[in-house]
Amino acid sequence: MEKRKEISMTQETYLKNLQHRQYRITAIQLLIFVLFLLLWETAVQLGWIDGFIFSSPSRVLKTFGSMWTDRSIFLHTGITLAETLISFILVVAIGTGAAVLLWYNTELSEILEPYLVVLNSLPKSALAPLLIVWLGANMKSIIVAGMSVAIFGTILNLYTGFGETDPDEIKLIYTLQGTKKDVLTKVILPGSLPLMLSVMKVNIGLCLVGVVIGEFIGARQGLGYLIIYGSQVFKLDWVIMSIVILCIIAMVLYSILNLVEKRCLRGRIK
Amino acid sequence: MTPLLELDQVSYAYHSRNGETYALSDISFQVQQGEFIAIVGPSGCGKSTLLSLISGLLVPESGSVLFGRTLQERKTKEGKKTFPETDSGEKLCSRIGYMLQRDHLFEWRTIYENVVLGLEIQHRLNEDAKMRVDKMLMDYGLYRFRSAKPSELSGGMRQRAALIRTLALDPELLLLDEPFSALDFQTRLSVCDDVAQILRREKKTAILVTHDLSEAVSMADRIIVLTRRPARIRTILEMKFEQKNLTPLERRNAPEFKDYFNVLWRELNSRDLGERS
Repeated sequence: MEKRKEISMTQETYLKNLQHRQYRITAIQLLIFVLFLLLWETAVQLGWIDGFIFSSPSRVLKTFGSMWTDRSIFLHTGITLAETLISFILVVAIGTGAAVLLWYNTELSEILEPYLVVLNSLPKSALAPLLIVWLGANMKSIIVAGMSVAIFGTILNLYTGFGETDPDEIKLIYTLQGTKKDVLTKVILPGSLPLMLSVMKVNIGLCLVGVVIGEFIGARQGLGYLIIYGSQVFKLDWVIMSIVILCIIAMVLYSILNLVEKRCLRGRIK
Repeated sequence: MTPLLELDQVSYAYHSRNGETYALSDISFQVQQGEFIAIVGPSGCGKSTLLSLISGLLVPESGSVLFGRTLQERKTKEGKKTFPETDSGEKLCSRIGYMLQRDHLFEWRTIYENVVLGLEIQHRLNEDAKMRVDKMLMDYGLYRFRSAKPSELSGGMRQRAALIRTLALDPELLLLDEPFSALDFQTRLSVCDDVAQILRREKKTAILVTHDLSEAVSMADRIIVLTRRPARIRTILEMKFEQKNLTPLERRNAPEFKDYFNVLWRELNSRDLGERS
Protein backbone atom coordinates (compact mmCIF):
# COMPACT_ATOMS: atom_id res chain seq x y z
CA MET A 1 0.00 0.00 0.00
CA GLU A 2 2.75 2.35 1.05
CA LYS A 3 4.72 1.43 -1.99
CA ARG A 4 1.81 2.13 -4.24
CA LYS A 5 1.41 5.55 -2.69
CA GLU A 6 5.07 6.24 -3.33
CA ILE A 7 4.66 5.35 -6.99
CA SER A 8 1.63 7.53 -7.30
CA MET A 9 3.59 10.38 -5.76
CA THR A 10 6.37 10.12 -8.32
CA GLN A 11 3.71 9.79 -10.95
CA GLU A 12 2.12 12.92 -9.55
CA THR A 13 5.35 14.89 -9.77
CA TYR A 14 5.84 13.57 -13.26
CA LEU A 15 2.39 14.72 -14.32
CA LYS A 16 2.88 18.04 -12.60
CA ASN A 17 6.15 18.60 -14.43
CA LEU A 18 4.48 17.69 -17.69
CA GLN A 19 1.71 20.16 -16.98
CA HIS A 20 4.19 22.93 -16.12
CA ARG A 21 6.09 22.28 -19.28
CA GLN A 22 2.89 22.61 -21.30
CA TYR A 23 1.99 25.88 -19.56
CA ARG A 24 5.47 27.20 -20.18
CA ILE A 25 5.31 26.40 -23.88
CA THR A 26 1.89 28.01 -24.31
CA ALA A 27 2.96 31.08 -22.34
CA ILE A 28 6.08 31.59 -24.42
CA GLN A 29 4.13 31.10 -27.63
CA LEU A 30 1.69 33.81 -26.59
CA LEU A 31 4.50 36.05 -25.41
CA ILE A 32 6.26 35.87 -28.78
CA PHE A 33 3.03 36.83 -30.50
CA VAL A 34 2.32 39.76 -28.20
CA LEU A 35 5.93 41.00 -28.26
CA PHE A 36 5.95 40.87 -32.03
CA LEU A 37 2.78 42.94 -32.25
CA LEU A 38 4.09 45.43 -29.67
CA LEU A 39 7.42 45.78 -31.42
CA TRP A 40 5.71 46.29 -34.76
CA GLU A 41 3.34 48.90 -33.34
CA THR A 42 6.07 50.82 -31.49
CA ALA A 43 8.38 50.71 -34.48
CA VAL A 44 5.71 52.39 -36.57
CA GLN A 45 4.68 54.84 -33.82
CA LEU A 46 8.29 55.94 -33.23
CA GLY A 47 8.92 56.24 -36.92
CA TRP A 48 11.57 53.45 -37.17
CA ILE A 49 9.66 52.04 -40.10
CA ASP A 50 7.14 53.64 -42.41
CA GLY A 51 3.56 52.74 -41.41
CA PHE A 52 2.40 53.48 -44.94
CA ILE A 53 4.47 50.59 -46.29
CA PHE A 54 4.67 48.25 -43.31
CA SER A 55 1.20 48.97 -41.88
CA SER A 56 0.76 48.28 -38.17
CA PRO A 57 -1.47 46.23 -35.89
CA SER A 58 -3.62 49.25 -35.07
CA ARG A 59 -4.01 50.20 -38.75
CA VAL A 60 -4.94 46.62 -39.61
CA LEU A 61 -7.51 46.63 -36.83
CA LYS A 62 -8.91 49.94 -38.00
CA THR A 63 -9.20 48.69 -41.58
CA PHE A 64 -10.84 45.55 -40.33
CA GLY A 65 -13.33 47.62 -38.31
CA SER A 66 -14.32 49.83 -41.23
CA MET A 67 -14.66 46.86 -43.60
CA TRP A 68 -16.74 45.12 -40.97
CA THR A 69 -19.15 48.05 -40.80
CA ASP A 70 -19.52 48.29 -44.57
CA ARG A 71 -19.81 44.49 -44.68
CA SER A 72 -17.23 44.19 -47.50
CA ILE A 73 -15.02 41.95 -45.34
CA PHE A 74 -17.71 39.29 -45.28
CA LEU A 75 -17.99 39.34 -49.04
CA HIS A 76 -14.27 38.90 -49.66
CA THR A 77 -13.73 36.31 -46.94
CA GLY A 78 -16.91 34.46 -47.85
CA ILE A 79 -16.00 34.27 -51.53
CA THR A 80 -12.52 32.93 -50.85
CA LEU A 81 -13.84 30.47 -48.31
CA ALA A 82 -16.59 29.23 -50.62
CA GLU A 83 -14.20 28.81 -53.54
CA THR A 84 -11.76 26.91 -51.34
CA LEU A 85 -14.42 24.58 -49.97
CA ILE A 86 -15.94 23.89 -53.38
CA SER A 87 -12.57 23.12 -54.93
CA PHE A 88 -11.67 20.98 -51.90
CA ILE A 89 -14.86 18.92 -52.17
CA LEU A 90 -14.36 18.50 -55.90
CA VAL A 91 -10.74 17.45 -55.38
CA VAL A 92 -11.76 14.81 -52.84
CA ALA A 93 -14.58 13.49 -55.03
CA ILE A 94 -12.75 13.54 -58.36
CA GLY A 95 -9.41 12.48 -56.85
CA THR A 96 -10.94 9.45 -55.14
CA GLY A 97 -12.94 8.58 -58.24
CA ALA A 98 -9.89 8.77 -60.47
CA ALA A 99 -7.75 6.76 -58.03
CA VAL A 100 -10.42 4.05 -57.93
CA LEU A 101 -10.57 4.00 -61.72
CA LEU A 102 -6.78 3.64 -61.97
CA TRP A 103 -6.90 0.85 -59.39
CA TYR A 104 -9.59 -0.94 -61.39
CA ASN A 105 -7.62 -0.72 -64.58
CA THR A 106 -3.89 -1.24 -64.05
CA GLU A 107 -3.13 -0.84 -67.72
CA LEU A 108 -4.80 2.55 -67.76
CA SER A 109 -2.77 3.58 -64.73
CA GLU A 110 0.46 2.52 -66.37
CA ILE A 111 -0.49 4.49 -69.48
CA LEU A 112 -1.36 7.64 -67.52
CA GLU A 113 1.43 7.49 -64.95
CA PRO A 114 4.01 9.72 -66.71
CA TYR A 115 1.35 12.34 -67.40
CA LEU A 116 0.20 12.37 -63.80
CA VAL A 117 3.77 12.64 -62.55
CA VAL A 118 4.53 15.57 -64.85
CA LEU A 119 1.28 17.35 -64.03
CA ASN A 120 1.88 16.80 -60.34
CA SER A 121 5.37 18.29 -60.37
CA LEU A 122 4.39 21.20 -62.60
CA PRO A 123 4.14 24.49 -60.68
CA LYS A 124 0.40 24.96 -60.84
CA SER A 125 0.60 28.75 -60.64
CA ALA A 126 1.86 28.53 -64.21
CA LEU A 127 -1.53 27.19 -65.22
CA ALA A 128 -3.57 29.95 -63.60
CA PRO A 129 -3.21 32.55 -66.40
CA LEU A 130 -4.23 29.91 -68.95
CA LEU A 131 -7.27 28.95 -66.92
CA ILE A 132 -8.38 32.57 -66.72
CA VAL A 133 -8.09 32.95 -70.49
CA TRP A 134 -9.83 29.68 -71.20
CA LEU A 135 -12.57 29.76 -68.59
CA GLY A 136 -12.96 33.51 -68.12
CA ALA A 137 -12.30 35.71 -65.11
CA ASN A 138 -14.96 34.16 -62.94
CA MET A 139 -15.46 31.89 -60.00
CA LYS A 140 -15.29 28.79 -62.20
CA SER A 141 -11.68 29.34 -63.22
CA ILE A 142 -10.68 30.18 -59.66
CA ILE A 143 -12.21 26.96 -58.38
CA VAL A 144 -10.39 25.06 -61.13
CA ALA A 145 -7.16 26.86 -60.18
CA GLY A 146 -7.69 25.71 -56.59
CA MET A 147 -8.31 22.16 -57.74
CA SER A 148 -5.33 22.10 -60.08
CA VAL A 149 -2.93 22.48 -57.16
CA ALA A 150 -4.25 19.50 -55.23
CA ILE A 151 -5.85 17.07 -57.67
CA PHE A 152 -2.85 15.30 -59.19
CA GLY A 153 -1.11 14.74 -55.90
CA THR A 154 -4.35 13.38 -54.48
CA ILE A 155 -4.77 10.89 -57.32
CA LEU A 156 -1.17 9.70 -57.07
CA ASN A 157 -1.21 9.43 -53.29
CA LEU A 158 -4.49 7.57 -53.11
CA TYR A 159 -3.62 5.26 -55.98
CA THR A 160 -0.30 4.37 -54.37
CA GLY A 161 -2.05 3.87 -51.05
CA PHE A 162 -4.64 1.57 -52.62
CA GLY A 163 -1.81 -0.48 -54.10
CA GLU A 164 -0.21 -0.99 -50.70
CA THR A 165 -3.14 -3.00 -49.39
CA ASP A 166 -2.07 -6.39 -48.04
CA PRO A 167 -2.51 -8.85 -50.94
CA ASP A 168 -3.70 -11.48 -48.48
CA GLU A 169 -6.57 -9.25 -47.40
CA ILE A 170 -7.58 -9.04 -51.04
CA LYS A 171 -7.19 -12.80 -51.38
CA LEU A 172 -9.50 -13.22 -48.41
CA ILE A 173 -12.29 -11.40 -50.24
CA TYR A 174 -11.79 -13.65 -53.26
CA THR A 175 -11.84 -16.77 -51.10
CA LEU A 176 -15.21 -15.56 -49.83
CA GLN A 177 -16.32 -15.43 -53.49
CA GLY A 178 -16.17 -11.65 -53.63
CA THR A 179 -15.68 -9.65 -56.81
CA LYS A 180 -13.29 -6.81 -57.49
CA LYS A 181 -16.04 -4.45 -56.41
CA ASP A 182 -16.18 -6.20 -53.03
CA VAL A 183 -12.41 -5.85 -52.72
CA LEU A 184 -12.85 -2.13 -53.29
CA THR A 185 -15.72 -1.55 -50.90
CA LYS A 186 -14.79 -4.01 -48.15
CA VAL A 187 -11.00 -3.69 -48.06
CA ILE A 188 -9.44 -0.94 -50.15
CA LEU A 189 -11.70 1.97 -49.23
CA PRO A 190 -12.17 1.28 -45.50
CA GLY A 191 -8.49 0.36 -45.22
CA SER A 192 -7.45 3.60 -46.89
CA LEU A 193 -9.56 5.84 -44.68
CA PRO A 194 -6.58 7.05 -42.58
CA LEU A 195 -4.66 7.83 -45.76
CA MET A 196 -7.64 9.65 -47.29
CA LEU A 197 -8.03 11.79 -44.19
CA SER A 198 -4.36 12.75 -44.12
CA VAL A 199 -4.46 13.54 -47.84
CA MET A 200 -7.50 15.73 -47.19
CA LYS A 201 -5.63 17.60 -44.48
CA VAL A 202 -2.91 18.48 -46.96
CA ASN A 203 -5.44 19.29 -49.67
CA ILE A 204 -7.40 21.92 -47.81
CA GLY A 205 -4.26 24.06 -47.56
CA LEU A 206 -3.31 23.42 -51.18
CA CYS A 207 -6.78 24.39 -52.39
CA LEU A 208 -6.52 27.66 -50.48
CA VAL A 209 -3.17 28.35 -52.16
CA GLY A 210 -4.64 27.65 -55.60
CA VAL A 211 -7.68 29.79 -54.97
CA VAL A 212 -5.58 32.76 -53.86
CA ILE A 213 -3.34 32.40 -56.94
CA GLY A 214 -6.47 32.34 -59.09
CA GLU A 215 -7.81 35.45 -57.38
CA PHE A 216 -4.52 37.27 -57.93
CA ILE A 217 -4.99 36.97 -61.64
CA GLY A 218 -8.64 37.13 -62.40
CA ALA A 219 -11.04 38.18 -59.70
CA ARG A 220 -12.99 41.18 -58.56
CA GLN A 221 -13.69 39.78 -55.14
CA GLY A 222 -11.97 37.63 -52.56
CA LEU A 223 -8.93 37.96 -50.32
CA GLY A 224 -6.49 37.25 -53.14
CA TYR A 225 -8.01 40.09 -55.12
CA LEU A 226 -7.80 42.33 -52.05
CA ILE A 227 -4.10 41.54 -51.66
CA ILE A 228 -3.25 42.26 -55.29
CA TYR A 229 -5.45 45.33 -55.50
CA GLY A 230 -4.18 46.64 -52.15
CA SER A 231 -0.55 46.28 -53.22
CA GLN A 232 -1.25 48.07 -56.51
CA VAL A 233 -2.89 51.08 -54.87
CA PHE A 234 -0.53 51.01 -51.86
CA LYS A 235 -3.28 50.18 -49.38
CA LEU A 236 -0.99 47.79 -47.54
CA ASP A 237 -3.36 47.65 -44.58
CA TRP A 238 -5.66 45.62 -46.85
CA VAL A 239 -2.84 43.32 -47.84
CA ILE A 240 -1.71 42.60 -44.28
CA MET A 241 -5.25 42.20 -43.04
CA SER A 242 -6.07 39.76 -45.85
CA ILE A 243 -2.98 37.73 -45.05
CA VAL A 244 -4.00 37.57 -41.39
CA ILE A 245 -7.49 36.42 -42.36
CA LEU A 246 -5.99 33.79 -44.69
CA CYS A 247 -3.88 32.54 -41.77
CA ILE A 248 -6.99 32.21 -39.63
CA ILE A 249 -8.96 30.45 -42.40
CA ALA A 250 -6.12 27.99 -42.97
CA MET A 251 -5.86 27.27 -39.26
CA VAL A 252 -9.60 26.80 -38.76
CA LEU A 253 -10.05 24.55 -41.79
CA TYR A 254 -7.10 22.42 -40.77
CA SER A 255 -8.31 21.99 -37.22
CA ILE A 256 -11.79 21.05 -38.43
CA LEU A 257 -10.28 18.29 -40.55
CA ASN A 258 -8.08 17.27 -37.64
CA LEU A 259 -11.20 16.83 -35.52
CA VAL A 260 -12.93 14.87 -38.27
CA GLU A 261 -9.89 12.63 -38.52
CA LYS A 262 -9.84 11.97 -34.78
CA ARG A 263 -13.54 11.17 -34.81
CA CYS A 264 -13.32 8.82 -37.78
CA LEU A 265 -10.32 6.91 -36.52
CA ARG A 266 -11.38 6.67 -32.91
CA GLY A 267 -10.71 3.19 -31.58
CA ARG A 268 -9.02 2.07 -34.72
CA ILE A 269 -5.53 0.69 -34.41
CA LYS A 270 -3.58 0.57 -37.60
CA MET B 1 -18.31 -44.14 -53.52
CA THR B 2 -17.75 -41.00 -55.55
CA PRO B 3 -15.14 -38.77 -54.03
CA LEU B 4 -15.92 -35.19 -53.07
CA LEU B 5 -12.85 -33.89 -54.81
CA GLU B 6 -10.64 -35.29 -57.50
CA LEU B 7 -7.44 -33.86 -58.89
CA ASP B 8 -6.30 -35.36 -62.15
CA GLN B 9 -2.74 -34.71 -63.32
CA VAL B 10 -2.79 -31.10 -62.28
CA SER B 11 0.21 -28.95 -63.22
CA TYR B 12 0.82 -25.30 -62.62
CA ALA B 13 3.57 -22.78 -63.30
CA TYR B 14 3.97 -19.13 -62.33
CA HIS B 15 4.97 -16.80 -65.10
CA SER B 16 6.95 -13.63 -64.73
CA ARG B 17 9.26 -11.55 -66.88
CA ASN B 18 12.25 -13.39 -65.45
CA GLY B 19 10.96 -16.76 -66.51
CA GLU B 20 8.59 -19.36 -65.30
CA THR B 21 8.55 -21.28 -62.06
CA TYR B 22 7.10 -24.74 -62.12
CA ALA B 23 5.13 -25.05 -58.91
CA LEU B 24 3.18 -28.26 -59.31
CA SER B 25 3.55 -31.14 -61.67
CA ASP B 26 1.23 -34.04 -62.29
CA ILE B 27 -0.70 -34.01 -59.03
CA SER B 28 -3.51 -36.54 -58.75
CA PHE B 29 -5.48 -37.53 -55.67
CA GLN B 30 -9.00 -37.94 -54.41
CA VAL B 31 -10.68 -36.75 -51.24
CA GLN B 32 -13.64 -38.61 -49.80
CA GLN B 33 -16.56 -37.00 -48.05
CA GLY B 34 -15.75 -36.33 -44.39
CA GLU B 35 -12.02 -36.97 -44.74
CA PHE B 36 -9.32 -34.86 -43.16
CA ILE B 37 -6.32 -34.59 -45.47
CA ALA B 38 -3.02 -32.98 -44.55
CA ILE B 39 -0.52 -31.86 -47.15
CA VAL B 40 3.11 -31.58 -46.09
CA GLY B 41 6.24 -30.84 -48.05
CA PRO B 42 9.43 -28.80 -48.05
CA SER B 43 8.83 -25.08 -47.66
CA GLY B 44 8.09 -23.24 -50.86
CA CYS B 45 7.12 -26.42 -52.69
CA GLY B 46 3.77 -25.13 -53.85
CA LYS B 47 1.46 -26.30 -51.07
CA SER B 48 -0.45 -23.05 -51.00
CA THR B 49 -0.66 -23.03 -54.78
CA LEU B 50 -2.36 -26.38 -54.57
CA LEU B 51 -5.04 -24.94 -52.30
CA SER B 52 -5.51 -21.96 -54.58
CA LEU B 53 -6.06 -24.37 -57.48
CA ILE B 54 -8.59 -26.42 -55.53
CA SER B 55 -10.46 -23.31 -54.45
CA GLY B 56 -10.58 -21.99 -58.00
CA LEU B 57 -8.55 -18.86 -57.28
CA LEU B 58 -6.06 -20.23 -59.79
CA VAL B 59 -6.83 -22.31 -62.87
CA PRO B 60 -4.52 -25.27 -63.59
CA GLU B 61 -2.38 -25.08 -66.72
CA SER B 62 -3.12 -28.69 -67.45
CA GLY B 63 -5.10 -31.40 -65.77
CA SER B 64 -8.37 -30.89 -63.99
CA VAL B 65 -9.82 -30.23 -60.56
CA LEU B 66 -13.20 -31.85 -60.13
CA PHE B 67 -15.41 -31.08 -57.22
CA GLY B 68 -18.88 -31.87 -56.00
CA ARG B 69 -21.29 -34.76 -56.36
CA THR B 70 -21.40 -34.50 -60.10
CA LEU B 71 -17.65 -33.96 -60.30
CA GLN B 72 -18.47 -31.51 -62.99
CA GLU B 73 -15.41 -30.47 -64.90
CA ARG B 74 -14.10 -27.02 -64.59
CA LYS B 75 -12.83 -25.36 -67.68
CA THR B 76 -9.09 -25.00 -67.84
CA LYS B 77 -7.87 -21.97 -69.62
CA GLU B 78 -4.23 -21.93 -70.45
CA GLY B 79 -2.17 -19.32 -68.71
CA LYS B 80 -5.18 -17.67 -67.15
CA LYS B 81 -4.17 -16.51 -63.72
CA THR B 82 -6.92 -14.08 -62.90
CA PHE B 83 -9.44 -14.76 -60.22
CA PRO B 84 -12.65 -16.20 -61.57
CA GLU B 85 -15.63 -13.91 -61.87
CA THR B 86 -18.62 -14.67 -59.73
CA ASP B 87 -21.24 -13.57 -62.20
CA SER B 88 -20.89 -16.74 -64.24
CA GLY B 89 -23.73 -18.44 -62.43
CA GLU B 90 -23.36 -20.87 -59.55
CA LYS B 91 -19.70 -21.48 -59.07
CA LEU B 92 -18.31 -24.78 -57.97
CA CYS B 93 -16.07 -23.17 -55.45
CA SER B 94 -18.89 -21.40 -53.65
CA ARG B 95 -19.04 -24.57 -51.59
CA ILE B 96 -15.37 -24.43 -50.72
CA GLY B 97 -14.22 -22.51 -47.66
CA TYR B 98 -10.65 -21.23 -47.48
CA MET B 99 -8.85 -20.28 -44.31
CA LEU B 100 -5.66 -18.29 -44.72
CA GLN B 101 -2.51 -18.27 -42.62
CA ARG B 102 -3.37 -15.09 -40.80
CA ASP B 103 -6.88 -14.26 -39.68
CA HIS B 104 -7.11 -10.90 -41.50
CA LEU B 105 -9.95 -9.74 -39.30
CA PHE B 106 -10.61 -6.15 -40.31
CA GLU B 107 -9.97 -3.66 -37.56
CA TRP B 108 -12.74 -1.37 -38.84
CA ARG B 109 -15.32 -4.07 -38.30
CA THR B 110 -16.52 -5.62 -35.06
CA ILE B 111 -16.05 -9.35 -34.57
CA TYR B 112 -19.64 -9.95 -35.62
CA GLU B 113 -19.27 -7.82 -38.74
CA ASN B 114 -16.06 -9.67 -39.56
CA VAL B 115 -17.67 -13.06 -39.10
CA VAL B 116 -20.56 -12.27 -41.45
CA LEU B 117 -18.28 -10.74 -44.12
CA GLY B 118 -18.62 -13.72 -46.45
CA LEU B 119 -22.39 -13.86 -46.05
CA GLU B 120 -22.54 -10.14 -46.72
CA ILE B 121 -20.47 -10.47 -49.89
CA GLN B 122 -22.62 -13.33 -51.17
CA HIS B 123 -25.84 -11.56 -50.17
CA ARG B 124 -26.82 -14.47 -47.99
CA LEU B 125 -27.16 -12.61 -44.71
CA ASN B 126 -30.73 -13.70 -43.92
CA GLU B 127 -32.33 -14.56 -40.58
CA ASP B 128 -31.38 -18.20 -40.96
CA ALA B 129 -27.72 -17.42 -41.49
CA LYS B 130 -27.70 -14.90 -38.64
CA MET B 131 -29.04 -17.54 -36.27
CA ARG B 132 -26.41 -20.01 -37.40
CA VAL B 133 -23.67 -17.43 -36.87
CA ASP B 134 -25.02 -16.54 -33.42
CA LYS B 135 -25.07 -20.20 -32.49
CA MET B 136 -21.50 -20.72 -33.64
CA LEU B 137 -20.36 -17.61 -31.77
CA MET B 138 -21.99 -19.03 -28.65
CA ASP B 139 -20.62 -22.54 -29.18
CA TYR B 140 -17.08 -21.32 -29.67
CA GLY B 141 -17.11 -18.82 -26.82
CA LEU B 142 -17.08 -15.61 -28.83
CA TYR B 143 -20.65 -14.41 -28.36
CA ARG B 144 -19.56 -12.07 -25.58
CA PHE B 145 -17.07 -10.44 -27.95
CA ARG B 146 -19.31 -10.00 -30.96
CA SER B 147 -19.17 -6.21 -30.78
CA ALA B 148 -15.50 -6.07 -29.78
CA LYS B 149 -12.72 -4.96 -32.08
CA PRO B 150 -10.42 -7.73 -33.36
CA SER B 151 -7.44 -6.15 -31.57
CA GLU B 152 -9.15 -6.82 -28.24
CA LEU B 153 -9.05 -10.59 -28.83
CA SER B 154 -6.25 -13.06 -28.24
CA GLY B 155 -4.61 -14.87 -31.14
CA GLY B 156 -6.54 -18.06 -30.52
CA MET B 157 -9.86 -16.27 -30.33
CA ARG B 158 -9.11 -14.38 -33.52
CA GLN B 159 -8.36 -17.63 -35.30
CA ARG B 160 -11.64 -19.08 -34.07
CA ALA B 161 -13.45 -15.99 -35.34
CA ALA B 162 -11.78 -16.50 -38.71
CA LEU B 163 -12.94 -20.12 -38.69
CA ILE B 164 -16.52 -19.06 -37.99
CA ARG B 165 -16.25 -16.57 -40.85
CA THR B 166 -15.35 -19.48 -43.12
CA LEU B 167 -17.91 -21.91 -41.69
CA ALA B 168 -20.71 -19.31 -41.83
CA LEU B 169 -20.85 -19.95 -45.57
CA ASP B 170 -21.53 -23.60 -44.84
CA PRO B 171 -18.81 -24.95 -47.15
CA GLU B 172 -18.68 -28.62 -48.09
CA LEU B 173 -14.91 -28.60 -48.28
CA LEU B 174 -12.62 -26.61 -46.05
CA LEU B 175 -9.12 -25.58 -47.12
CA LEU B 176 -6.78 -24.66 -44.27
CA ASP B 177 -3.54 -22.93 -45.25
CA GLU B 178 -1.27 -23.22 -42.19
CA PRO B 179 -4.00 -21.62 -40.12
CA PHE B 180 -2.12 -22.09 -36.85
CA SER B 181 1.34 -20.99 -37.88
CA ALA B 182 0.89 -17.46 -36.59
CA LEU B 183 0.04 -18.67 -33.08
CA ASP B 184 2.41 -19.44 -30.23
CA PHE B 185 2.88 -23.10 -29.39
CA GLN B 186 0.51 -23.26 -26.40
CA THR B 187 -2.33 -21.54 -28.21
CA ARG B 188 -1.57 -23.54 -31.28
CA LEU B 189 -2.16 -26.87 -29.56
CA SER B 190 -5.45 -25.80 -28.04
CA VAL B 191 -6.78 -24.03 -31.13
CA CYS B 192 -5.76 -27.04 -33.17
CA ASP B 193 -7.79 -29.21 -30.81
CA ASP B 194 -10.73 -26.80 -30.97
CA VAL B 195 -10.73 -26.65 -34.72
CA ALA B 196 -10.49 -30.41 -35.14
CA GLN B 197 -13.47 -30.89 -32.86
CA ILE B 198 -15.46 -28.16 -34.56
CA LEU B 199 -14.80 -29.71 -37.95
CA ARG B 200 -15.71 -33.15 -36.67
CA ARG B 201 -18.91 -31.85 -35.14
CA GLU B 202 -19.88 -30.02 -38.34
CA LYS B 203 -18.88 -33.12 -40.35
CA LYS B 204 -16.69 -31.13 -42.71
CA THR B 205 -14.24 -32.42 -45.23
CA ALA B 206 -10.96 -30.57 -44.86
CA ILE B 207 -7.56 -30.21 -46.48
CA LEU B 208 -4.85 -28.82 -44.22
CA VAL B 209 -1.57 -27.48 -45.52
CA THR B 210 1.14 -27.41 -42.86
CA HIS B 211 4.88 -27.60 -42.40
CA ASP B 212 4.41 -28.96 -38.89
CA LEU B 213 4.68 -32.74 -39.12
CA SER B 214 3.25 -33.42 -35.66
CA GLU B 215 0.28 -31.24 -36.48
CA ALA B 216 -0.32 -33.25 -39.63
CA VAL B 217 -0.10 -36.57 -37.80
CA SER B 218 -2.33 -35.36 -34.97
CA MET B 219 -5.13 -34.12 -37.20
CA ALA B 220 -5.22 -35.98 -40.51
CA ASP B 221 -6.78 -39.20 -41.77
CA ARG B 222 -4.36 -39.21 -44.68
CA ILE B 223 -1.19 -37.23 -45.29
CA ILE B 224 -0.04 -36.30 -48.77
CA VAL B 225 3.72 -35.78 -48.91
CA LEU B 226 4.96 -33.51 -51.69
CA THR B 227 8.46 -33.35 -53.15
CA ARG B 228 10.54 -30.26 -53.70
CA ARG B 229 9.52 -27.86 -56.46
CA PRO B 230 8.09 -28.62 -58.94
CA ALA B 231 6.05 -30.57 -56.43
CA ARG B 232 4.88 -34.07 -57.20
CA ILE B 233 3.18 -36.43 -54.84
CA ARG B 234 5.89 -38.43 -53.15
CA THR B 235 3.63 -40.65 -51.13
CA ILE B 236 0.28 -40.72 -49.40
CA LEU B 237 0.29 -42.03 -45.83
CA GLU B 238 -2.79 -43.29 -44.09
CA MET B 239 -3.02 -42.58 -40.35
CA LYS B 240 -4.53 -45.59 -38.63
CA PHE B 241 -4.87 -45.15 -34.91
CA GLU B 242 -6.16 -48.09 -32.92
CA GLN B 243 -8.54 -45.86 -31.02
CA LYS B 244 -10.97 -44.00 -33.22
CA ASN B 245 -12.03 -40.38 -32.83
CA LEU B 246 -9.05 -39.20 -30.87
CA THR B 247 -8.62 -35.45 -30.54
CA PRO B 248 -5.32 -34.06 -31.85
CA LEU B 249 -3.99 -33.77 -28.29
CA GLU B 250 -4.95 -37.35 -27.48
CA ARG B 251 -3.34 -38.52 -30.69
CA ARG B 252 -0.10 -36.90 -29.67
CA ASN B 253 -0.08 -39.28 -26.71
CA ALA B 254 -1.12 -42.35 -28.66
CA PRO B 255 1.59 -45.00 -29.21
CA GLU B 256 1.30 -44.84 -33.01
CA PHE B 257 2.03 -41.12 -33.07
CA LYS B 258 5.79 -41.46 -32.81
CA ASP B 259 5.96 -44.08 -35.57
CA TYR B 260 3.94 -42.05 -38.01
CA PHE B 261 5.99 -39.01 -37.20
CA ASN B 262 9.20 -40.89 -37.94
CA VAL B 263 7.89 -42.31 -41.19
CA LEU B 264 6.87 -38.83 -42.26
CA TRP B 265 10.22 -37.41 -41.20
CA ARG B 266 12.08 -40.02 -43.23
CA GLU B 267 9.91 -39.41 -46.28
CA LEU B 268 10.59 -35.70 -46.14
CA ASN B 269 14.30 -35.97 -45.49
CA SER B 270 15.38 -38.75 -47.80
CA ARG B 271 17.98 -37.88 -50.41
CA ASP B 272 15.90 -38.42 -53.49
CA LEU B 273 13.36 -35.84 -52.42
CA GLY B 274 13.46 -34.22 -55.81
CA GLU B 275 12.79 -37.53 -57.54
CA ARG B 276 9.58 -39.35 -57.96
CA SER B 277 9.14 -42.18 -55.52
